[in-house]
Amino acid sequence: MIIQREAVLLFAGLAVVLAVATAIGWTLKRFLAEGAPHPTIDNLNARINAWWVMVVVIGLGAALGRTALVVLFALVSFFALREFLTLAPTRRGDHLALSFAFFFVLPVQYYLVAIEWYGLFAIFVPVYVFLALPILAALRSDITRFLERTAVVQWGVMISVYCISHVPALLMLQIPRYEGRSLLLVLFLLAVVQASDVLQYVCGKLFGRRKVAPQLSPSKTLAGLVGGAASAIALGAALGRLTPFGVVGAAGIAAVIVAMGFLGGLVMSAIKRDLGVKDWGAMIEGHGGMLDRLDSVCFAAPVFFHLTRYFYT
Amino acid sequence: MRLLPQLLGKAVTGLMRLLTGAQARWVGCGPAPTQRIYFANHTSHGDFVLIWTCLPPSLRAMTRPVAGADYWLAGGLRRYLITNVLNGVLIDRDKATRTRDPIEVILAALGEGWSLIVFPEGTRNVGAELLPFRSGIYHVARQRPEVELVPVWIDNLNRVLPKGDVLPVPLLCSATFGTPTRLREGEGKDAFLARLCRAILALRPA
Repeated sequence: MIIQREAVLLFAGLAVVLAVATAIGWTLKRFLAEGAPHPTIDNLNARINAWWVMVVVIGLGAALGRTALVVLFALVSFFALREFLTLAPTRRGDHLALSFAFFFVLPVQYYLVAIEWYGLFAIFVPVYVFLALPILAALRSDITRFLERTAVVQWGVMISVYCISHVPALLMLQIPRYEGRSLLLVLFLLAVVQASDVLQYVCGKLFGRRKVAPQLSPSKTLAGLVGGAASAIALGAALGRLTPFGVVGAAGIAAVIVAMGFLGGLVMSAIKRDLGVKDWGAMIEGHGGMLDRLDSVCFAAPVFFHLTRYFYT
Repeated sequence: MRLLPQLLGKAVTGLMRLLTGAQARWVGCGPAPTQRIYFANHTSHGDFVLIWTCLPPSLRAMTRPVAGADYWLAGGLRRYLITNVLNGVLIDRDKATRTRDPIEVILAALGEGWSLIVFPEGTRNVGAELLPFRSGIYHVARQRPEVELVPVWIDNLNRVLPKGDVLPVPLLCSATFGTPTRLREGEGKDAFLARLCRAILALRPA
């Protein structure tokens, strides 16, 4: 019952934070914008509303148990892969490889998570799928931009399926004296990464002036980065009791998660600029697409998974 | 409407949403219950299902796709879908064997108050540019000048199911609805068709 109580407390805390955010958003709209359209405030409110939906969805997944959480993240991967490959410059000759990625690779990867076959889970995509994708493309005998097309499909699968599948894969870790509580690891990861994103956004909007990566991501500022990262690491330390890491360990791991999340955001921004778009999609109002919300999770999840696995199991 | 076709209709639009996201972009007009002819570029068999899915249910119930009988009556499932679920207006594209003139069939459907979805290119297009429009839409517009003509650009659906492949892949698609237009006073056939063609191309994302 301990697990349920801690998870419930975490969600209750999130609900309070979101309620406060909603109240602030409403006040800004009412008094600062005086009810008139205001791009920044309207976007803020759209983001807060979307957060309510996302927290409820994750909460339901967590409450319904392991299988539900695996299926939920399989769906997340599906939407992410659909966004990535929509923008990827593929050709007709890639059709077989794309079908393979959606209808074989994605379900198999999550099936491996569900049956907790760690060995194959870890190498299925980087070994077998990475070899199979160019083979399927080559079978169609279209040599135009072959290397580029292969790389783009491989990257799409890597980011959208392989990386994201490491979030529910945390449930398969067997940590001594932490049996049956690994759901909390999932919540810890998501809380720290997303808090870092949100706090960077808030600190950036409030105090930010100097841009850290003007070419890649003009909205990222130094004040946002420092303030957001510091508060997210503090949050990680505060949530240390939920983890097997202890308070100091949790702060250290949170620091790694925050760094990977920030750098992942930069990489995904670079890909978006290269493809000539601002957002990956339009699925989550105010945020953009599924990948816009998850870009930092993609990079943080595998590293968090393996750090935890190496040091604590 | 009977239960099975209604459920299948939901299944078809649901599947289209899951595969493509079916994003409707109302740029030049809103979804309004006026009688309209939606005319679009044609790259895939799924084209009118995409437009149909993008319409709100109330408009969907008053809109029928104009489809080629040769393709849609060829198989049992296809035949069931087009007649019972999608409520298609079937036209015979073969001049030699047909018994009814397509224009006549289309005018009859308009006379009953239906909105229509048409593809003036006449056949699926695999190239980058639009094929020359068939003249049918001009004759229809001359007989029924009060019906709004709404240009629609269908984006990306050709990548979901390219001509010749059987398994669709999920990729995001959108239908962009432009500004309604009508046949102008004294406008000739070629000028009219060229203008419709430009109206669709103007909606293409950069």
